[in-house]
Amino acid sequence: MLEYIAIAVLFLIAVVLAALIVFLGEIFGPRHSTPRKAMPYESGMRPVGEGRRRMPVRFYLIAVLFILFDIEVIFFLPWAVTFRKLGLFGLVEMFIFILILLVGYVYAWKKGALEWE
Amino acid sequence: MAQLDFYTLLPTVVLMAWASGLLIADLFIPRDRKAWTAGLAALGLALALGLTLAQIGRTGTGFAGMVTLDPFAVLANSLLLVSGLLAVGLSFGYLRRRDIDRGEYYSLTLFSVAGMMLMTQAADLIVVFLALEMFSLPLYVLAAFARPQPDSEEAGLKYFLLGAFSAGFLIYGIALVYGATQTTALAGVVTAVATGTASLPLLAAGAGLILVGLGFKVAAVPFHMWTPDVYQGAPTSVTAFMAAGAKIAGFAALMRVFVQAFPVLGEKLTPILWTLAALTMFLGNLVAIAQSNIKRMLAYSSIAHAGYILMALTAYANPQMRQMAVSAALFYLLAYALTNFGAWGVVAALEKQNGGGLELNDYAGLGRKSPALAAAMTIFMLSFTGVPPTLGLIGKIYLFRVTVEAGFIGLAVIGVLTSLVSAYYYLRVVVVMYMREGEPEASMDGWHKAVIALSAALTVLLSLAPAALFSLVSGATLLF
Amino acid sequence: MLLSEATHSAGFFFLAPWLVFVPLIGLLINLIFGRRFSEKTIGTIASLAAGTDFVIAVLLAWSLAAAGGHEAQVTLAEWIHIGNLQLDWTFRVDTLSVMMMLVVSGVGTLIHIYAIGYMHEDVRYKNDPGRYRRFFIYLNLFIAMMMILVSGDSYLMLFVGWEGVGLCSFLLIGFWYDMDTLGRPSWANSNAAKKAFIANRVGDFGFLLAAFTMFWYFGTLQFDGVFAAAPQASEGVILAVTLFLLIGVTGKSAQIPLYIWLPDAMAGPTPVSALIHAATMVTAGVYLVARSAPLYSLSHQAQYIVAMVGGVTALFAATIAVGQYDIKKVLAYSTISQLGFMVAAVGMGAYVAGLFHLVTHAFFKALLFLSAGSVILGMERGHHHLAHHGHGDAHHEEEVFDPGDMRNMGNLRKRMPVTFTVYLIGALALGGIFPFAGFWSKDEILAEAFKEFKTVYWLLAIAAFFTAFYMGRQIWMVFFGNERTEVAAHAEESPRVITVPLMILAALSTLGGALNLPGLHTLETWVEHTFEAVGVHLNVGEFNLTVALSSTGLALLAIFLSWLLYGRKPLQAGDADPLKKMLGPIFTGMENKWWVDEGYQALVIDRYNDLARFLAQTLDWDFWHDWFHEKVIAGAYHGLVAFLSDPIDRGLIDAAANGLARLTKNSAASLRRLQNGFVRSYALSVLLGVVLIMGYLLIK
Repeated sequence: MLEYIAIAVLFLIAVVLAALIVFLGEIFGPRHSTPRKAMPYESGMRPVGEGRRRMPVRFYLIAVLFILFDIEVIFFLPWAVTFRKLGLFGLVEMFIFILILLVGYVYAWKKGALEWE
Repeated sequence: MAQLDFYTLLPTVVLMAWASGLLIADLFIPRDRKAWTAGLAALGLALALGLTLAQIGRTGTGFAGMVTLDPFAVLANSLLLVSGLLAVGLSFGYLRRRDIDRGEYYSLTLFSVAGMMLMTQAADLIVVFLALEMFSLPLYVLAAFARPQPDSEEAGLKYFLLGAFSAGFLIYGIALVYGATQTTALAGVVTAVATGTASLPLLAAGAGLILVGLGFKVAAVPFHMWTPDVYQGAPTSVTAFMAAGAKIAGFAALMRVFVQAFPVLGEKLTPILWTLAALTMFLGNLVAIAQSNIKRMLAYSSIAHAGYILMALTAYANPQMRQMAVSAALFYLLAYALTNFGAWGVVAALEKQNGGGLELNDYAGLGRKSPALAAAMTIFMLSFTGVPPTLGLIGKIYLFRVTVEAGFIGLAVIGVLTSLVSAYYYLRVVVVMYMREGEPEASMDGWHKAVIALSAALTVLLSLAPAALFSLVSGATLLF
Repeated sequence: MLLSEATHSAGFFFLAPWLVFVPLIGLLINLIFGRRFSEKTIGTIASLAAGTDFVIAVLLAWSLAAAGGHEAQVTLAEWIHIGNLQLDWTFRVDTLSVMMMLVVSGVGTLIHIYAIGYMHEDVRYKNDPGRYRRFFIYLNLFIAMMMILVSGDSYLMLFVGWEGVGLCSFLLIGFWYDMDTLGRPSWANSNAAKKAFIANRVGDFGFLLAAFTMFWYFGTLQFDGVFAAAPQASEGVILAVTLFLLIGVTGKSAQIPLYIWLPDAMAGPTPVSALIHAATMVTAGVYLVARSAPLYSLSHQAQYIVAMVGGVTALFAATIAVGQYDIKKVLAYSTISQLGFMVAAVGMGAYVAGLFHLVTHAFFKALLFLSAGSVILGMERGHHHLAHHGHGDAHHEEEVFDPGDMRNMGNLRKRMPVTFTVYLIGALALGGIFPFAGFWSKDEILAEAFKEFKTVYWLLAIAAFFTAFYMGRQIWMVFFGNERTEVAAHAEESPRVITVPLMILAALSTLGGALNLPGLHTLETWVEHTFEAVGVHLNVGEFNLTVALSSTGLALLAIFLSWLLYGRKPLQAGDADPLKKMLGPIFTGMENKWWVDEGYQALVIDRYNDLARFLAQTLDWDFWHDWFHEKVIAGAYHGLVAFLSDPIDRGLIDAAANGLARLTKNSAASLRRLQNGFVRSYALSVLLGVVLIMGYLLIK
């Protein structure tokens, strides 16, 4: 426990120092705002266009499909870990699971959810 | 034991698989042949119904006690499957008229029915939650099925948002129950209480939150606010299915969870159930009077009927009354489901393609224009009110008897009084149909007509021979 | 070991850290509360801080004397303990460092006091009184940094101070960063500051290389450790270290080839020129060589090179000083020249002579600069007076008047008698006239050079001749003859807050020679302790009558020559310099500083800019950005996007045209209903039910 006090102190100093520097800068620093300073920083490049843009709704469809299948696929992991323990029963169950996924996949595919147009 | 596991859930599993298959099959059915899809859906439901009926007399648990098979479940499942069939019957023509005859409709209905069936068999709170989500999610989509019509989209979104909100309470309640008893199995809760390892205040809090979550599904006041908007906005065929199915499933779960897992809390929960029942009956009936839109009116009416069923449930604290309360509730659900489909069927028939024709005034002149339809509607209205010779009357009598025998005279009085109030708005429909002039236009296909006719016939005929039904519901016992 | 030594020694050694902290406290007070203080208060606080440092330095000197000259080390804090590198913040109090402390704090205090008066007027002539406080904050910071420099016990600590004073120098040269020396809006002053900083960075680079080499071969940067390890090191290593250090010295002490920043540094206010660029900071290089005496004494080659650099610088800068017209520029080149004397002295191994000259030079050069400041202020007052009383014609008002140009002055001894007197004393001291301070110290250097380094001797002797000549020229031009402008005729004497420090410095310039009179060798005996302790044996300086007589003779000859040229027939307004007629192109060379700046511009700066331009424009922008990014990457990307998006885009437009309008119209209606808060209130209703149920269950 005691050996961590140094870390705590360091942490405290870091926080206080950072706050202090900002605070002092607030007090003593000159504040001249220019349009150039207000510009967004683009790693030295001139910014192009608006930061907030509308995205085609298609992206959301893709995103939803991705999340759906992504999360369901996570289920494979614990299954794979305990695969030997589960034996044939587990294999059959997983086939059923995949079958269900497949139904959704085929449905989405046929419905054109995977087409960009 | 795996075979037996599956056997307990066989109809549900088959229906689920059928729904999945239907989803794929529908992809290859052209738009103008959607009758195939409807037919296949009905076939699936009929198959499941057959399997369910084959389960009569069998009992047991499956999947490590997660689900149970008992007479109660068989009866409730049969009721749900019949509801599904009636819904499909109503839907096909209606959807085509509204130009929303997409094939997913039937798959979603089948999924939803399967979820409801799982709900009636749930012997574990986790399965309760799973089943709840399983039947709710398709319902959310179905409610928004008439997209891009704003009303329908609004209904779907509202239902979804509030459903998710209340599901949160349900899962929170389940968590509290688990915290109190270290188990989510209904049997386990009883054991924990019996061995004294459970924390009763925590258990009561959990039960209270579960009551909220399920109360939302059955539209009990004050968790009912979504009902009018959703019932009105959703396509009428969906509303019909939702009003019956969700109520059956919700009450089935309420009865199983509370009667089986929380008998010890009965004393504590009785005042709450009493208040909920009274409030629901009172508010539902009263507000219904103010409605001019038939869909909204029937929505409030369905709230009110939830109140009547809750009235029966209030009696569950009394061990002698427990089975009677369950039987009465089941009976009333049966009566309500039949009447409900008939009434919504008439509404669907009169609904115009553009979504109009839903005002009370649009029913003027129906008595002269289509006497059969008007007669059927009259039967349904009478049944809702509880006037002979209808099944509604028998159901109400049964309920009131249980309530009085359990000693809740005050609640029974409220029930009777609100029933009288409800007569006003139900009979107003009859009055408008027969006494006012108008040119209503009803359009139905054969299946639609059959559903209405069957409902009307059963509503009247079954009321004449209630004894068989009594023995049926009396035998619907709850088993772990 | 070090700590125990410190604790065993009695006296006031524990005060050493306060040398740094007192000025820091002073500047913090001014920084935080100064906004509400009057100018007097600000100046007093800063001067008190410097004065306290002087008191501490005196106490340290007393303690050291009491301890028999044995050095003391006061460790304040652990600094860097990484692997082999074990460095603490230790104050080294020995005779050498105490000598420097006394000079820095003593002269510093006088200049602080002087600045109270000087800056009061300066900020008003420059129309920005708000900077008064900033000036004293910088000045105190400088004192603190200088103390770190001289009191450091390791090369790294010394380097901290070395960089710190560099920073202060930068800040103060660019004090009027938004104008030139005449107050016109310009970047001239800030360019001067930049120039000083960059030139010093070149020198610092040498210092760092020396430090790295030392650490690599000796495993330490602590003085004693380095000196102990040095004799075992190979000659090459010693030569490398000493020559790298020499680069640092040429930067900080303004020697060839890096001296070019110092004349430009005159852009800073005059007290800065006096304190930093004449008396203290620029002598840090001399101090460094003296401090590193054990290293230099190991390599005759290095000593010779250092001495030659010093000698050549001394002569070279002296010639330039002859051709300058700005009163401060003359002094600036004179400073470079005199620093050359010192560097030559310490290079030859005549450490005492070099340090002796360092001290006396601090006195008389500070005196000269401050007096020059007083002259400039006097001219400013005259200018101000004219502008306000309408004596000057309109044309006069239009053109910018340079109060520092000697051609604008003349006969000021009548208007500013006190300033004249002290200036004359300073000039005589600098010129090396008996018995003023400069005579003794310069003579010691020349005598030492005469013994072994004949080349250096001749360089320095000729430089001394030039020194006397340009000082004579300056005196005649500024204080004698007739007023060449109306401003000069209206110049006014400075107030006492300025003249009193001048008088004190004049006294010190007169009597400073007593510090190390031949035969007595007070200073030598004093600093000997330090050098003996690190194994460097000092030769007792011998008074060489021949050298003394010949250098005095040369100086008198130079003064006589300057009288012939500038005194006998005073310069008239608009006249060209008489030397110009006599020497022609040679004088033009002196006047133009032998075009060294131009040479640097052509050989280094322009080439550097070419390279920068090539890298920025050709390589980074044209090639990397325009060609590679824009053409190769972005072009390919755009092509790909165009290829991919054309059908999509058209689809989008189609959907937008037909669907978006409808969707907007429809969803607007539905949105109005969706977003009217109903869902929220529905949820609230559910929540209400929950609260009631849970509340009931809780109470029950």
